[in-house]
Amino acid sequence: MSDQEKEPMFSAKNLKLLTGQLDQNNPITVQVLGICSALAVTVKLKPALVMALSVTIVVAVSNVVIAALRQYIPDRIRIIVQLVVIATLVILVDQILKAYAFDVSKQLSVFVGLIITNCILMGRLEAFAMANKPWPSFLDGLGNGAGYGIILIVVAFIRELLGSGTIYGYPVFEKAGAYSIGYENNGMMILPPMALILVGLIIWVQRSRNKSLIEHK
Amino acid sequence: MENLLNIFIKSIFVDNMIFAFFLGMCSYLAVSKTVKTSIGLGVAVVFVLLITVPVNFLLEKYLLKKGALVWLGEGFADVDLSFLTFMVFIAVIAAIVQLVEMIVEKFSPALYNSLGIFLPLIAVNCAILGAALFMQEREYANVAEATVFGVGSGVGWLLAIVGIAAIREKLHYSNVPDPLKGLGITFILTGLMAIAFMGFMGITL
Repeated sequence: MSDQEKEPMFSAKNLKLLTGQLDQNNPITVQVLGICSALAVTVKLKPALVMALSVTIVVAVSNVVIAALRQYIPDRIRIIVQLVVIATLVILVDQILKAYAFDVSKQLSVFVGLIITNCILMGRLEAFAMANKPWPSFLDGLGNGAGYGIILIVVAFIRELLGSGTIYGYPVFEKAGAYSIGYENNGMMILPPMALILVGLIIWVQRSRNKSLIEHK
Repeated sequence: MENLLNIFIKSIFVDNMIFAFFLGMCSYLAVSKTVKTSIGLGVAVVFVLLITVPVNFLLEKYLLKKGALVWLGEGFADVDLSFLTFMVFIAVIAAIVQLVEMIVEKFSPALYNSLGIFLPLIAVNCAILGAALFMQEREYANVAEATVFGVGSGVGWLLAIVGIAAIREKLHYSNVPDPLKGLGITFILTGLMAIAFMGFMGITL
């Protein structure tokens, strides 16, 4: 433990916690965590961004809290303690969203509340924060939030561009005059099934680039 | 009665937890390797939803909503505890899952053994909390409606997980491209199943 304290704040190991989650250890495509809420909020970029940000904040902060308390939490009731910490943070996020971004909060509907049962949170708390110091846990939380966010943003970008013809609300195809030459939006993209298929395709691309992730059964 | 049937059908097919809202995807993907275990988990989810949704409905109605505490006296008419919703719901769900686990263990050890670790895991299944929050958002009129909605959502989830498990068992015999094996193909299959389920959209009885 003592040699860990002497470690510089951004040592290679700590940086790995931050960047490894973007690809090699991505929470959605590799660890299969947090898919529940990931897909439903990706029709448009804006809710996806807000969702990614909220999850990142909650994961990072709850990781720090649990890591700081880890020696005082009795093993038998740790799940309840974790849930209480997470629920408190999610209530805060929810109230802040309601106060400052009401329309987005309406679009996200129940999915803000569902951050509580987002498997990324419990997964990271159990697997990382319970066994590590607050600072690495914070980085791990940020990294996982970012890994989750990047998938959300890619899926939302594709769905919004092809489904509604806009990027972050800006009508790209209309400005480019695509509609006048017969281009039409793909209504399928807005519907839930396409989110699943897009994630499937992202996994396909990622795994054909990185052979070590392929599952052999 | 017709109304109840409508809610039931709707929550199974049209507003299917997995295909329309992606709730409970984590365990859906993790536990759908064989039909047998997926039936076990599905039944446990139905069971827990059957109990938690009405309990949460009553709590919402008599504790959390604005003015819900009026039964305590006029002075409580302005109390609004709705900011506590998440905390109360998740606590109720965790407690009930624990309770169900103990009851099942005591009275039906066989069922308990077959459900195994799935029961405690249900507490963090998004579908359970999701159903409670949808119940709140859609403002069902009475306990019967809420219960029927809960059971319907559970049955829809059961249907989805058993379906995908059956397909994945057959998948062993097909030649899937390497990078798609496992997770990737399961996503795409779920997407295709969801497209099929969209055929139910707009049904009312």
